[in-house]
Amino acid sequence: MSTQLLSQLIKKEFLLEFRQKSTLAGILVYIVATVFISVLCFQGKMDKITWNALFWVIFAFIAVSVSSKSFMQETKGKGLYNYLYYHPQHFILSKIIYNMLLMAVLSLLTFFFYSWFVGSVVKDMGMFLLSLLFSSTAFSGVLSLMSAIASKAGNNMSLMAILSFPVLLPLLLVSIKLSKYAIDDLGWAVSYKYLMVLIMLNIVVVALATLLFNYLWKE
Amino acid sequence: MLKWWKISSVILILYSIVWGLLNNVPRLDILNETIRNVYYHVPIWFAMLFQMGLSVVYAIKQLAKNDLQSDLISNQAAQTGLFFALPGLLTGCMWAKFTWLTWWTFKDPKLNGVAIAVLIYLAYFILRSSIEDEQKKARIAAVYNIFAFVMMFVFIMILPRITDSLHPGNGGNAKFAQYDMDSNLRTVFYPAVIGWILLSLWIFDVKKRLAILTHKQNEE
Repeated sequence: MSTQLLSQLIKKEFLLEFRQKSTLAGILVYIVATVFISVLCFQGKMDKITWNALFWVIFAFIAVSVSSKSFMQETKGKGLYNYLYYHPQHFILSKIIYNMLLMAVLSLLTFFFYSWFVGSVVKDMGMFLLSLLFSSTAFSGVLSLMSAIASKAGNNMSLMAILSFPVLLPLLLVSIKLSKYAIDDLGWAVSYKYLMVLIMLNIVVVALATLLFNYLWKE
Repeated sequence: MLKWWKISSVILILYSIVWGLLNNVPRLDILNETIRNVYYHVPIWFAMLFQMGLSVVYAIKQLAKNDLQSDLISNQAAQTGLFFALPGLLTGCMWAKFTWLTWWTFKDPKLNGVAIAVLIYLAYFILRSSIEDEQKKARIAAVYNIFAFVMMFVFIMILPRITDSLHPGNGGNAKFAQYDMDSNLRTVFYPAVIGWILLSLWIFDVKKRLAILTHKQNEE
């Protein structure tokens, strides 16, 4: 029963997204434009460290702008409806899972365009993709909760950035480190520590978000 | 009213400042006499972390009881903690200038962690000020407080343990225990920690009472 409700909610998120194709298309244009601007700024010449850093900066900004809208459409009436029909944990989990899936796809797309325009320096592709996957899930977890907070505090876009960037930083640094190891092909023996931290952060973030959302939910 | 713990806080801090400069310390390369900073810098950080921990405890209390007062107290603890970040940073910078030859370096996860902690708490205050309704403010601020503290904890306590840190005791640098944090160091360090934490409690106590009174006055 409960998983059914959850899957219903996730389905709803997808339906809403695909019904309004303009937002999805907007995100795609945003990705391509951001990558293109960075390529032009650097004239395609960058060393490994710059490549890595620039990629994660682009990634962070895309994640923030994608996830920040996840609670923005929740109007007061809709909120009341959801409050009556759904469990808060299902609600936040559906948002998180939806954002995770979306971010995973979008981060792959970003990586694709980035390595197409700039050229890829990654040697250990498996490790890099793993770090990309787990960072995008952890980012979505954090940002879903931050978006909920920002929406309760009056849907302020700058507030969203102020709240989420400091909290995202530990995550971002772990991701940068892990992907740097993947770029240098240092192997699992060195990298597994960071991968474990990243997975642990995922668990902590999702658990905290589901736990704390109960209290945001009540009006 | 002067309670025993307020008096002992003053005595302990004075003792740690005076005896910290006079007593014998192990002579170590690079650190030399700057090892005495362990009496000032480290206890101040402990006091800051203590206050931030207190702030989280009251945030949890606020969510459990929803009584508004815990939220006021949580806010005051966060302010006190942020206040202690300042002397902690100053003593740290001075020490870094003499041992690492720079005031600030971005290569050290603990330094970054502190910068992030300051940013997080500034964001917390901005969040508080952007919500009008008191009940709502209390709840949302508590949620952010708890979440941010956990992330900060990961950043300050866990990451430096697995990455290379320039700090003693992290990432290949010898621990104080290995520098023989000898009985000489301990006799000043532990009293200093207790003293600074008591001082932070004192400041917090005054701020807390003032905030509660102001709140009551505003309600009337």
